[in-house]
Amino acid sequence: MMLIACPHCGPRAHVEFSYERTMDAVLPLGATPADAARILYQRENPRGPSLELWRHTHGCGGWLRLARNTLTHEIAEVLAWPPA
Amino acid sequence: MTRFSALALLCEGVHGQKGWTRHWRDPAPAKHYDVVVIGGGGHGLATAYYLANSHGVRSVAVLERAWIGGGNTGRNTTIVRSNYRLPELQRLLEFSLKTWETLSDELNYNVMFSQRGALVLGHSDADMTKLAERGDALRCAGIDAELMSREEIGRLVPLLDLSADARFPVVGGLIQRRGGTARHDAVAWGFARAADALGVDIVQNCEVTGFEIVAGKVTAVVTSRGVIGAGRVGICVAGSSGVVAGLAGLKLPIESHLLQAFVSEPVKPMIDTVIQSQSMHCYISQSDKGEIVLGGDPDYYPTYSQRGSPHRIEHVAAQAIALMPALSRLRMLRGWAGTTDMSFDGSPIISPTPVEGLYLNGGWCYGGFKATPGSGRVYAHMLATGEADEIAAPFSLDRFARGATIDEPGAGPAPQAR
Repeated sequence: MMLIACPHCGPRAHVEFSYERTMDAVLPLGATPADAARILYQRENPRGPSLELWRHTHGCGGWLRLARNTLTHEIAEVLAWPPA
Repeated sequence: MTRFSALALLCEGVHGQKGWTRHWRDPAPAKHYDVVVIGGGGHGLATAYYLANSHGVRSVAVLERAWIGGGNTGRNTTIVRSNYRLPELQRLLEFSLKTWETLSDELNYNVMFSQRGALVLGHSDADMTKLAERGDALRCAGIDAELMSREEIGRLVPLLDLSADARFPVVGGLIQRRGGTARHDAVAWGFARAADALGVDIVQNCEVTGFEIVAGKVTAVVTSRGVIGAGRVGICVAGSSGVVAGLAGLKLPIESHLLQAFVSEPVKPMIDTVIQSQSMHCYISQSDKGEIVLGGDPDYYPTYSQRGSPHRIEHVAAQAIALMPALSRLRMLRGWAGTTDMSFDGSPIISPTPVEGLYLNGGWCYGGFKATPGSGRVYAHMLATGEADEIAAPFSLDRFARGATIDEPGAGPAPQAR
């Protein structure tokens, strides 16, 4: 179980949040089909530190960027995303 | 190797069980093999066995980082079935199911394959429409499937809550009577023993740390026990697919998530089939030891921790108790978590890679156990010939870029939505 410190709501249980994808897999709007296939389907799948896009789905609904370790579940940083 | 038989059992009983020998050797790795299989789980060991047995490739090594069968092979709910909707998956899993049916005889090892039936419950008219459609598709493909009424289900599983005011009222179901369960450890051990007898080297405590790639072709595997030359290399490492493929500079359409399962204390026989649900994600069966085996959804975020969250235990237990109230009296004995290689369409990848001589068998999500023998057979064909056979061909790595995904639930490129 992880405790995620939502910058808007404070620390909440991770079941309130949903994982979306790693930051490097966020598609730019103007991506060509070839770029889109590469960005979507060629994943690093890191074992250790990872930058991820999450959403506080069952809370404020805000998008968040987490710096999270996929092996230890340690969360180094939570930022509102995109930054204001 | 002592061949197992009723006579051997009787003789050993008379002679104090002293004549049994090791199931497989513990060799040091040789300098070179024709084929190196990375990963000593069920799929990797099956691949090695079929390479040696069906394709005559005897210079084969299976490299395992820890001990064989210690990953997802030992961490699943042991369910075997082929009742899928899409023809590509039907072909692959029915091929596997047929192999299961004769596997104990073939390996001379009792994998305890028990065709006790795999029942999917429907809880609404919409569920039943989906199940009827799936059943029709299965029967058109020559795979057994039978729609059941609520009354028939009541006779098969009397402990289900079949009352009209149940939390999840049972309207009907679809059963695959040839589905069932197998003993997961025995599958790894049986394949290991049979492969070893054919000369395959099973090298445990041997972690792959890199590849030697010359002019785009893999020539050797770098391991914690030295450099091992290889003609062809097959990756078969489930949740570690991304890490091992990364050593060769590859990025895969796979994310590693986590799936939990649980068993209760052992009780007298009370459920003699495998139960799952069309609306919920919950699996209920009873092991031969008497434990009630429960499984459910994954934890929905990437992790290699092999350590699940407690909320999932609550979720799975709530579903199981709603379906079968008698389970509420059981104490849970243990739970475990495996690292699942979630592919981006929910289907496996059995394919050559952009590196010549390097092949991938992964992305089985949380459905790999049932496919173990079939996966081994098609992957052995690929590693022996360099080409996919017609069953494996649709599961190529380039299907994602081509838009030819095999997306059973129609969920799009989101592993966490499976």
